[in-house]
Amino acid sequence: MSLIFDEPPVHAPTPEAVDEPRLIDPGRAPVDKAFRASAFSVAAVVLLVFGSIGVFLLIKSWSALHHYGLAFFTEAEWNPESNKVGVAAALIGTIEVALIALVVAFPLALGTALFISEYAPAPIKSTLVAVVDLMAAVPSIIYGLWGAAVLQDHAKYVARWLHQNLGWIPVFHVDTDPDAAVWQQSRYTTSMFIAGLAVSMMVIPIACSVMRGVFTAAPIGEREAAYALGSTRWGMVRTVVIPFGRGGIIGGTMLGLGRALGETVAVLMILSLDFHISFHVLQTNGATISALIADRFGEATSLQLSGLLAAGLVLFVLTLVVNTLAAIIVNRSRSGAATEI
Amino acid sequence: MTDTITDETDTGALTEPAPPESVPREEDRPRSVGKRTLDDRLSFVGAAVGSLALDWVAYYQLLPFTGLLGFFVLWYVTFVGLLAVVTSMSHPRAEVVDRLVTTVMWAAAVVVGAALAWTLVYIGIKGAPALMHVNFFTDDMRGVHSNDGLDRGGIKHAIVGSLIILGISVAASLPLGLGTAVFLTEVGGRFGAVVRTIIEAMTAVPDLLAGLFVYVLILILEPAPDKNGLAAAVAIAVTMTPIVARSAEVALRIVPGGLREAGQALGASQWSTVWRVVLPTALPGLATALILAMARGIGETAPLLIVSGANTYFNADPLHQPMNSLPLYIFSAARDGIPNDLKRAYGAAMVLLLIVLVLFIITRLLARQRAGRR
Repeated sequence: MSLIFDEPPVHAPTPEAVDEPRLIDPGRAPVDKAFRASAFSVAAVVLLVFGSIGVFLLIKSWSALHHYGLAFFTEAEWNPESNKVGVAAALIGTIEVALIALVVAFPLALGTALFISEYAPAPIKSTLVAVVDLMAAVPSIIYGLWGAAVLQDHAKYVARWLHQNLGWIPVFHVDTDPDAAVWQQSRYTTSMFIAGLAVSMMVIPIACSVMRGVFTAAPIGEREAAYALGSTRWGMVRTVVIPFGRGGIIGGTMLGLGRALGETVAVLMILSLDFHISFHVLQTNGATISALIADRFGEATSLQLSGLLAAGLVLFVLTLVVNTLAAIIVNRSRSGAATEI
Repeated sequence: MTDTITDETDTGALTEPAPPESVPREEDRPRSVGKRTLDDRLSFVGAAVGSLALDWVAYYQLLPFTGLLGFFVLWYVTFVGLLAVVTSMSHPRAEVVDRLVTTVMWAAAVVVGAALAWTLVYIGIKGAPALMHVNFFTDDMRGVHSNDGLDRGGIKHAIVGSLIILGISVAASLPLGLGTAVFLTEVGGRFGAVVRTIIEAMTAVPDLLAGLFVYVLILILEPAPDKNGLAAAVAIAVTMTPIVARSAEVALRIVPGGLREAGQALGASQWSTVWRVVLPTALPGLATALILAMARGIGETAPLLIVSGANTYFNADPLHQPMNSLPLYIFSAARDGIPNDLKRAYGAAMVLLLIVLVLFIITRLLARQRAGRR
């Protein structure tokens, strides 16, 4: 507390100096200058580290980008032995898996968020919030183990059902006969569909907690106004909570999308890698960028390593765009409530 | 319902109401609006029981379906249908929609909760056999064949490796993350907005890229990189720092501004206000932020696939030789497809899950303490 007395004592004004105004703001104390400078430098270091991720990836991947040229983005094969290296299949696979995860996760996350904020009995609300947080804290390798061992066994029936009943839609096509007496189960396993299901387990808690945050912040006055006008609970939710939380819904979904695009281990444990551009998501095999990098990293030669780093750069740019958009949308929607989490 | 209310008020305003001679006392008590009526309860229970019976008949007697999943799906669909019919017999459309939406919300939450419970219980059941052996915790896998029984070998090397890697990454990410959070809340400004945007975007950038980044960094420093524990720790720290920064910022932001102003009004410098008022006030929140990041960090697998080598022996030196860790051990043991190794993988997954669970429970206790103090 001695710091309080650090400032020089104020002298009584002498008659000569009486016309000069006294400096009211003596400026910041040296200790504060040091504090602000060091806080600034820590933030600058963090910014530098994260900014340099992209730069380093670009530098190191340059030789591959230079060597393969634009074909790097159009070539589906990843076959360094025959000098064919490209991310097209993996990039499309990444987006497919992420979209499947979102299609599954979005309604569940939205429903769970609305349930926790509007429908759940008050005493268990905080427990439910904790459960969603726990779901986010479970390591992805656990979901990967579970997805590969358990989910796969059940999801293949769902995949076959989709093929049987919706097979005329090209996306649900599988190269086998679903109605055969002994149907080929292996054609429906290790697919992008099942990988997407496992990834959705990681997307749900992220999207859900963002959505719940904005739903709970919906103004109480407008809720009561809706009830006072004779609205049912769903009427109130539809006209007050959801419009108020629209930014959170979009932003949370995009944050989840960012997570889904980059998920590695769960996908790697479920998907069997195969580099062909395929839109038949129920069918076995597929590829994503992150699974490609993790799978091929150990055996990579110098040029292939550079190619993998270039693939990483593509993923980096993709997720950075998605996440920055999400952050901007969430922040804008939250501008009214300053201290809300 | 609204019709009757307006009717009553209209007549009440114009004519004197008849003296209430035969009106029962219940009419005077206001209906509790929050509670469910008998009609609400009976329609839900009736629809649930009716649909279960219908579903059983349809699913097992009439339709050529099998499997428990389909049974539940069909039950739910029949339930929604029955509920809609039952409700529409005595209620307007708005009420029907309201009830249907309520069941949808419940269903979403139940599905999510069931999936999580299924995961945790499955790992627990499959992991239990390995955890029954003491050597699982006290031995490493040196000289143990993958197919050896569970009474040989263990994951001591992975547990210790994970803890050492986590310790180093906490030592690196705590000052960086906390410093950034302090900068964002206490100094801020235009640069702060840039930092905040980048940090928020970085929390969700794939953890795999942190591994790639650290690998490139090492590649620049020395041409023939050696896969050691330090590299893994740095990669984990890169993924943890934004998480710490972001949640610590939230914890600092909810410190009331009045406390800061009181400190400054007493003549304290900004530094001593932060050090003696803001940080102590936010301490439980900051601890929560750190432990949450630790829970994330210890389960991080993807960066380790890039920068850390898996070994089978005990190694407590992060600077030399590869250092194994729990996620990496689980990954490699689950992938080689040997039954006993798979059992060990589930055991290790259970250990990892327990560590995460303990860290998580600590955060909840801290949060409760924080809520209690307010």
